[in-house]
Amino acid sequence: MSDGQRLLEIKDLRISFSVGEDTVRAVNGVSLTLDRGEALGVVGESGCGKSVTFSSVMGLLPSPPAVIEGEIVFDGRDVTKLSDRQMRRVRGKDIAMIFQEPMRSLNPVMRIGNQIVEALLLHGAVSRGQVWTRALELLKLVEVPDAPSRLHCYPHQLSGGLRQRIMIAMALASQPRILLADEPTTALDVTIQAQILELLKRVQRETGMSIVIITHDLGVVADIVDNVAVFYAGVIVEKADKYSLFRSPMHPYTIGLLNCIPTLQTKRKRLYVIEGNIPDPARLPIGCAFSPRCAYATERCLTEKPETRECAPGHFCACHLAGQIDPLNP
Amino acid sequence: MAEPFIRIENLTKRFSISAGKRIRKTGFTAVNNVSLNIERGEVFGLVGESGCGKSTLSLLVLRLLEANGGAVYHGDTNILELPRRKMRRIRRDMQIVFQDPYDSLDPRFTLERIMNEPLQIHRWGTGAEREARIDELFAAVSLDKQQLKRYPHQLSGGQRQRLCIARSLALSPGFLVCDEAVSALDVSIQAQILNLLLDLKDEFGLTYLFISHNLAVVKFVSDRIGVMYFGKIVELADTDELFDNVLHPYTAALLSAVPDPDPFSEKKRDILPSGVPSLIDPPGGCAFHPRCKYAGERCARESPELRDAGRGHLVACHRLEC
Repeated sequence: MSDGQRLLEIKDLRISFSVGEDTVRAVNGVSLTLDRGEALGVVGESGCGKSVTFSSVMGLLPSPPAVIEGEIVFDGRDVTKLSDRQMRRVRGKDIAMIFQEPMRSLNPVMRIGNQIVEALLLHGAVSRGQVWTRALELLKLVEVPDAPSRLHCYPHQLSGGLRQRIMIAMALASQPRILLADEPTTALDVTIQAQILELLKRVQRETGMSIVIITHDLGVVADIVDNVAVFYAGVIVEKADKYSLFRSPMHPYTIGLLNCIPTLQTKRKRLYVIEGNIPDPARLPIGCAFSPRCAYATERCLTEKPETRECAPGHFCACHLAGQIDPLNP
Repeated sequence: MAEPFIRIENLTKRFSISAGKRIRKTGFTAVNNVSLNIERGEVFGLVGESGCGKSTLSLLVLRLLEANGGAVYHGDTNILELPRRKMRRIRRDMQIVFQDPYDSLDPRFTLERIMNEPLQIHRWGTGAEREARIDELFAAVSLDKQQLKRYPHQLSGGQRQRLCIARSLALSPGFLVCDEAVSALDVSIQAQILNLLLDLKDEFGLTYLFISHNLAVVKFVSDRIGVMYFGKIVELADTDELFDNVLHPYTAALLSAVPDPDPFSEKKRDILPSGVPSLIDPPGGCAFHPRCKYAGERCARESPELRDAGRGHLVACHRLEC
C-alpha cells in the first residue's frame, strides 16, 4: 500500500503511569497503521491498553502523569509533539471520538440541537446562517426519526440508541477523517446494537472516512471492519485482515477468545476457558505477557518476549509458537 | 410432570409515576399477567431487551418487590402471602446474583465479613462452623482463602462475581436467580463464570432463573427459555425447540440481531425499526405490532393470548392462530 494512503501511523508507542512506587505500563510498544477509508477493529479485554492507546491519539491523556514515548503520526505530523492549541484543531475536527455511554458524553441540561450546533460552530464547519439546516441534515444522516422535533429534546428524553445516534451526528459534524468509536454499542441492547453497527458501516461508506472500532466483542467487529488488531497487556499480539484472523487465528490468546464466546452455534456443554486473569500492568511477566495463562507456554515463552513476525502475508503475530496451534481444537 | 419448583401465576406489577408540575398521576405495567413454571433442577432462561420487565419479574419472584397481583408458589406455599418472619425463612432457599458485582458488595467490608453476613443474619452454626462453611464455599468457586482479609476493590471483576456467587450459596439455597450475572464481565471471564455456574448447579443441585439480554449466552446455559417483551412472555419453549422452530417475530428479530463472530457468515440482519414503545402510553393490541413486519389489522386491535403451538411451545402471536 502506498504512503499516500496512510492516514495514521503509530510507531512503538509506550505509555506508562507512576502510581506510588510502581510504574504501571499500560501500553508497551504498539505499532499500527490506518489507511484512508480503512475500518479497523481493535479487540481486547478491559485493561489491555486499547482505550489508552486511542485516548493518546486524541491527545486526551494529560502528560504528566502519563509518560508517552514513541510517535503518533497523523497526516505527516506527530500529534504527541503538538501544543495544546494545535491539538485542539485536530481533536474533534480531524479525529472525532464516540464513547460507550452516550448519556455521560452529552450535556444533560442542554437541548440536543444546541449541542450539535455548538460542535458545528466550534469547528467552523458552516456559517451561522446555515448551522440549523446542517444540524438537521446530520440528524437525518444518522437516521433519527422525527428529526426536527428531536432538536428540541434534552438527552434524558431520548433512548440509549437515539443518544448514540446523536453522538455520532456530533462526531460527524466536522467531517472528520478518522472516527474513533470506543465500545460504541456495548451499553446497548442487541437489537439497537445491530442498528448502530449498520449505521456506522453506511456512514463510513458514504463519507469515506477511516474508522476504528474499539471493542471487547469479536462479534461486533466481524461484520463491519476490514482489519483486526488484538491487544493483550499493552501490546498487539495479532493483526490481520478479518478473514484471515477469524479463519486461521495464530496467537493462543486470539484462539482462546474466539472459542470462549458462546454463539448460537455452540453445542459443547462446557465453554473453552482462558484460565486466570490479565496480568497486573505494574508487574508484567518477563517473557510473553500471556504466558501465565497460556496452555502452550514453553520455557522460552517465560523468559523471552516474542517479536512480532509476519507469519502469513499481511498476518502479524507475536508468539513463539505462531502457526503451531490448531485454532479449532485448542 | 413433577410438581414445579417455582410456579408463577398471573404475576402483575404496576408502577405509578407523578409527572410534571400538576402532578398528573400516570403509571405503567412492568410485568403484565405472567405465568410460568420452573422445574426443579432446570435452568430457565429469560431474555428480552432492557425495559421489558425481566428484572422486575425476578425481584417479584424473590419478593424483593411486592406484586400487585398474582401468586408465586415455592412448592405449595404462595410466598406472596407469607408473613415477614416466615418469608425470611424461605429466603434462605432463594438467592440472587446481580449484574455488577461491585455494586452489590459493601466496599468497606472485608471478604470475610461479606461472607459471614448472610450466615449471621440467619443464625447459621457456630463461629467455627461458619469459618469451615466459608472455606468450603471459597473452594467451590475457586477463590483463595488467603484473600479473606481483603476488600472488594482488591479483587478483579471475575473474582468479585465469584465472591457474589459464593455469598449467594452460603445458606445452601435451592433456587438462584442470576440477573445479567455475566453481562458486565470480559469474554474470557464470562466463559469462566458460565462454566462455574453450571458446575455449581450439578454440585449443589441448584435451580436457576437465568436472566440475560444475550441470546447466545441464554441458549448455552438454559434448558427452557422464555422471551419477554413489554412485560409479557411472548414465546416460551425448550431451548432446542425454540431455536429450531422460532415462531414469534420478536424472537426471530432478536436472533438475527445477535452479532456473529464469523466474517464469512452470510447472515442477513433483520433490523428492527427503532425503539421499544413507551410503557406509559402503550400501543393497543399486540405490544409488538408497531415494530412487526407481519402486523395486520387484528394485531393493532387485539392482544394475542399465549397459546400452545404443540410440543409445549407457547407463543403469543395472531399469525399462528389461523
